[in-house]
Amino acid sequence: MALVVRKRREPLPWWGSCLIFLAAVALALGGGGAMLALQGKPALAGLSVLIGSAVGSLWAVEDCVLKAIPLFLCAVGVGLSFRMAVWNIGAEGQFALGAVGATWVALSLDHLPAAVLLPFMGLAAAVAGGLWAGVAAFLRALLGANETIVTLMLNYVGILVLEFLVFGPWKDPASFGFPMTAEFVPAAILPALPGTRIHWGLVLCGVVGVAVTLAMRSSRLGFEITVCGQNPAAARYARMPYGALMAVVLVAGGALAGLAGFVEVSAALGRLQPSIMTGYGYTAIVVAWLSGLRPLGVAGVALVLAALRVGLESLQLDFQVPAAFGGMMEGTMLLVVLAGSFFSRYQILRRPA
Amino acid sequence: MRKTMAMAVVLLVWCGSAWAKELQVGFVYVSPVGDAGYSYAHDQGRLALEAMGGVRTSFVESVAEGQDAERVITTMARKGYDVIFATSFGYMDPTLKVAKQFPNVKFLHCSGYKTAPNMANYFGRMYQARYLTGMVAGAMTKGNLLGYVAAFPIPEVIRGINAFALGAQAVNPKAEVRVVWTKTWYDPAREKEAAKSLLDAGCDVIAQHQDSPATQEAAQERGVYSIGYNSDMAKFAPKAHLTAAVWNWAPFYKEMIRQIQAGTWKADAYWWGMDRGVVDIAPFGPMVPEGVRAQVLAAKEAIVKGENNIFTGPIKDQKGVERVAAGVTMTDAELLAFNWFVQGVVGTLE
Repeated sequence: MALVVRKRREPLPWWGSCLIFLAAVALALGGGGAMLALQGKPALAGLSVLIGSAVGSLWAVEDCVLKAIPLFLCAVGVGLSFRMAVWNIGAEGQFALGAVGATWVALSLDHLPAAVLLPFMGLAAAVAGGLWAGVAAFLRALLGANETIVTLMLNYVGILVLEFLVFGPWKDPASFGFPMTAEFVPAAILPALPGTRIHWGLVLCGVVGVAVTLAMRSSRLGFEITVCGQNPAAARYARMPYGALMAVVLVAGGALAGLAGFVEVSAALGRLQPSIMTGYGYTAIVVAWLSGLRPLGVAGVALVLAALRVGLESLQLDFQVPAAFGGMMEGTMLLVVLAGSFFSRYQILRRPA
Repeated sequence: MRKTMAMAVVLLVWCGSAWAKELQVGFVYVSPVGDAGYSYAHDQGRLALEAMGGVRTSFVESVAEGQDAERVITTMARKGYDVIFATSFGYMDPTLKVAKQFPNVKFLHCSGYKTAPNMANYFGRMYQARYLTGMVAGAMTKGNLLGYVAAFPIPEVIRGINAFALGAQAVNPKAEVRVVWTKTWYDPAREKEAAKSLLDAGCDVIAQHQDSPATQEAAQERGVYSIGYNSDMAKFAPKAHLTAAVWNWAPFYKEMIRQIQAGTWKADAYWWGMDRGVVDIAPFGPMVPEGVRAQVLAAKEAIVKGENNIFTGPIKDQKGVERVAAGVTMTDAELLAFNWFVQGVVGTLE
């Protein structure tokens, strides 16, 4: 029996992609179990702790959702520009600027009630993150500067801006010299949804997801972005405003990463300090790439990655597996899922006799 | 036969009750424990607890400060851990948040300043060990130029640099300490670059505050001397390593657990020093001459006896302005908020 590999004539339906993704996750988990066994740890018990502590209880699910929220916002933004083949890898810096923008409002307008203050913080975060990404759009439009390099470099600058502020003018005088702002007033803390530990950032994610999906699917803007991504020459020939569209995806992506910064600084930390930078912007690139760049897929992948990280902490606690094992699991999953995406574009058929 | 079975049952019940009384102790670390640095030192303390009996420990390493820390600490509390040691400054707010939700769990936070009815904070007077390593560096330098690869400009680090400078000046009034900031706790590449920049500037003994041994390696490559931190780093640079300012958490952790088991523990602010063995210096390298060793050990004895408090005036700042009058010793509150360099330190606080 001979097999041939052929490109799929029709794109795989959504459930097919889901199936491939889940199969890849299962394979990666199997690999993880094998690695556990290699360390002399009980593989099955380990995997059950890993999965159980990620999805086995309401607490665990809440933990995963909380962890996935900033990832989702950053990754949807990154995915937006990736669909136009514009390589924004600056979500980390845009996230930092978003946190800075939200903090600025939280510190300077702290007399406002929450209903006014929180939207203002979100707005400031989106504007700050958007402008930061806008620098790359501007430099590319004006000088043809490569946006990949510019957004990457602006990450370092953005983090330095944040550090300058918390080590300098915004440092809390009551903090014994430690680099952090004063604690936010209660009105500046994003509250939890009634009956849960999950904050309103989840609702924000829902709104963003629906808005981006609708815009990409049924607006002219979305169509033009897709065309520019698939064939820039054809798009220019059709007189689509390539430069303006590039600016739109970069700025929108920056604004979304900025919103993630707002959510984190307000709900998770309650003050600005350098430890807010935990690499969400970089993880978001992985998430976007694995997800097929669509918000629903991003949500799924963000949740899986979040669940993996949450589960790995319990695995460490119960079995004293080194933290590096988490990196290996994540890497395995990335490889397997990327390899699995082969099957969504190609099919394997029996050669007709 | 029946007797044996009865005995077995009794034994089982006894074991079961001992099991129930066993204290579960969790540690949260900011970096991997294999780094020979800060978390490694804490983990050595944890291992000492394991030997105590009636105690079971575990840890989670490489936990980022912020949302992740809150989740890990909450998970420990929910899993029934009785005592949780959160060992990094950035865990302060998350620990306090979780402590309020779990009033029956005891929390100990390292290097911060907040307490609660069930949350203590603790640290060690590392500046005492820094002073002694400064003496060694001051005695060994030929060009009177010492380098300090510093982590973040926060009071803990600034205090260490100042103590190092005062120690060096105590044996060598001409000694000058150059400071570079890496703004990292663990980034070997960046720390090595920073160390090289100090070596390029002519420093011939360099000290460090980060968890990686990069500074030690840089010194050995150039054939000059180095001072380690956290644990004895001699194995990374045997030709350069003069000594190190080291943590020894075992006595403190054991005492805390003993008090918790006895029910006498209080959620205080603990700041133990060299007299109780929490900080010390590593064994001298073979290149340190006998005279220097004797001088440093004499100073150590004075510190242990409480005769030398290190930050006793007159102390001038970088501009030569007297900040501490003769005979006056800085208070703990002042030490915890240290935000200026003493005279002889070259560098900025940013």
